[in-house]
Amino acid sequence: MAAGNFVQGALFTVIVVRAALLHDPAFARELAQQVARSPRFFRYAPVVLDLKGADGFTDAAQFGEARRALAERTLALVGVQNGEPAQVDAAAAAGLASFAPTATQPARRVPPQPAAANIPEPAPPPAALPARASARLVGEPVRSGTQIYARGTDLVVTAAVSAGAELVADGNIHVYGALRGRALAGAAGDTNARIFCARFEAELVSIAGHYLVSDQFPAELRGAAVQVVLDDDRLTVTRN
Amino acid sequence: MRGGWGKEILAKVVVITSGKGGVGKTTTAAAFAAGLALRGHRTVVIDFDVGLRNLDLIMGCERRVVFDFINVINGDANLNQALIKDKRNDNLYIFPTSQTRDKDALKRDGVERVLAELTQQFDYVICDSPAGIEHGAITALYFADSAIIVTNPEVSSVRDSDRIIGILSSRSRRAERNESPPDIHLLLTRYDPARVARGEMLTVEDVKEILSIPLLGVIPESESVLRASNTGTPVTFDPDSAAGRAYLDAVARFLGEQREMRFVKPERRSFIRVLFGRA
Repeated sequence: MAAGNFVQGALFTVIVVRAALLHDPAFARELAQQVARSPRFFRYAPVVLDLKGADGFTDAAQFGEARRALAERTLALVGVQNGEPAQVDAAAAAGLASFAPTATQPARRVPPQPAAANIPEPAPPPAALPARASARLVGEPVRSGTQIYARGTDLVVTAAVSAGAELVADGNIHVYGALRGRALAGAAGDTNARIFCARFEAELVSIAGHYLVSDQFPAELRGAAVQVVLDDDRLTVTRN
Repeated sequence: MRGGWGKEILAKVVVITSGKGGVGKTTTAAAFAAGLALRGHRTVVIDFDVGLRNLDLIMGCERRVVFDFINVINGDANLNQALIKDKRNDNLYIFPTSQTRDKDALKRDGVERVLAELTQQFDYVICDSPAGIEHGAITALYFADSAIIVTNPEVSSVRDSDRIIGILSSRSRRAERNESPPDIHLLLTRYDPARVARGEMLTVEDVKEILSIPLLGVIPESESVLRASNTGTPVTFDPDSAAGRAYLDAVARFLGEQREMRFVKPERRSFIRVLFGRA
């Protein structure tokens, strides 16, 4: 984008919610469950309201109500898309931005999740792959019971990851140490994400919802430097 | 220690914790406190295991408990009414806890007040933590300046120790205030070099590698520990005990001295030892 040195462009992943669903009790229940399962993923997560085919919403107060309803689930309503001019004006009056229409796809149902369900339900990916923010860097050992989520970016760990620890990233995961816990890359659905580690002793690895547990790893690669790649819906582990 | 011009140097608060139960926290708390007292430091050891108290038993003062930690927190008694002086060493005091209440009785502001008073009167305040990662254990570690992570050379103990180290790094008061974190030390207990040599037990190196914290000491498995608990004597007061001597080494290292790591190699059982049954 232009505007000299003062304004930079960036692409972000946001959750898109169809306006009609806001009053649907089934949606409310499902949302509550999702948020409870992955609270960190949803905390202050930006939401855009899709007004396509939605009646009403011609009053700023209705957007205020929608904002409050979402805030109760720790979500932040930041804008609208696909609104009629009157709706967009009302949204603006309520302080909401107007987003360009995107080719939103229905939320993809991924194969059965591991029991702990710490893999967040992938948000409908926008048409373009989001540009990555600078990778998240962790320099201390990741202790058992710790969960780290690198939203919208890669995760780089330069120490060991203990058994019982969990690394989640929308991008790639790199561990320059022993990986003994769980690593879940491409958490928002990016099938091109990879996992790299210096010592492969993981409990579970996953890319975009496809996972392998320790039992399924090739025995000769245990303890080696490997990369995990999703190839045609199959996870492969190869020596690095 | 008191500084000059009436300036108080506050005691160091040391938590003995582990995550896993039954690994030797109370034995260590008693032994360590006694070891510090033997070195001339005024030391108090506090039982944080409300409802399942056993520090008083291990210290041999269970028949002298009148008031306890919860009484003092609730204002039913003052600190001096609850503190019990050890009969064997003038530097050593015990602060027992309640058996009839539970850990909800540990109100954080009350604990803070009590510790503030204790750190004025003593050089070291040793906190014997309960097992687990809930309120009791969190309260015990919250105010710590130092932590000793008691670990058995066994996989579930190591996993739980790792967990509690993570919690110490993120949920201690120092962490919350963005101060330098408590210094964390590894104490490997119930170590049996013969079993390690047979490949039945994790080695010191295995545990150090997984936990990545500095090693304070290795305490050998020892029959003297059971004898010590049953007689209410901290094992460091037993001159014949290998565990006691290992604890004294650990105390020395904690105080900044160098000590070679003993009791980590399988002993060759000499005839004399067998004859006199030294454990």
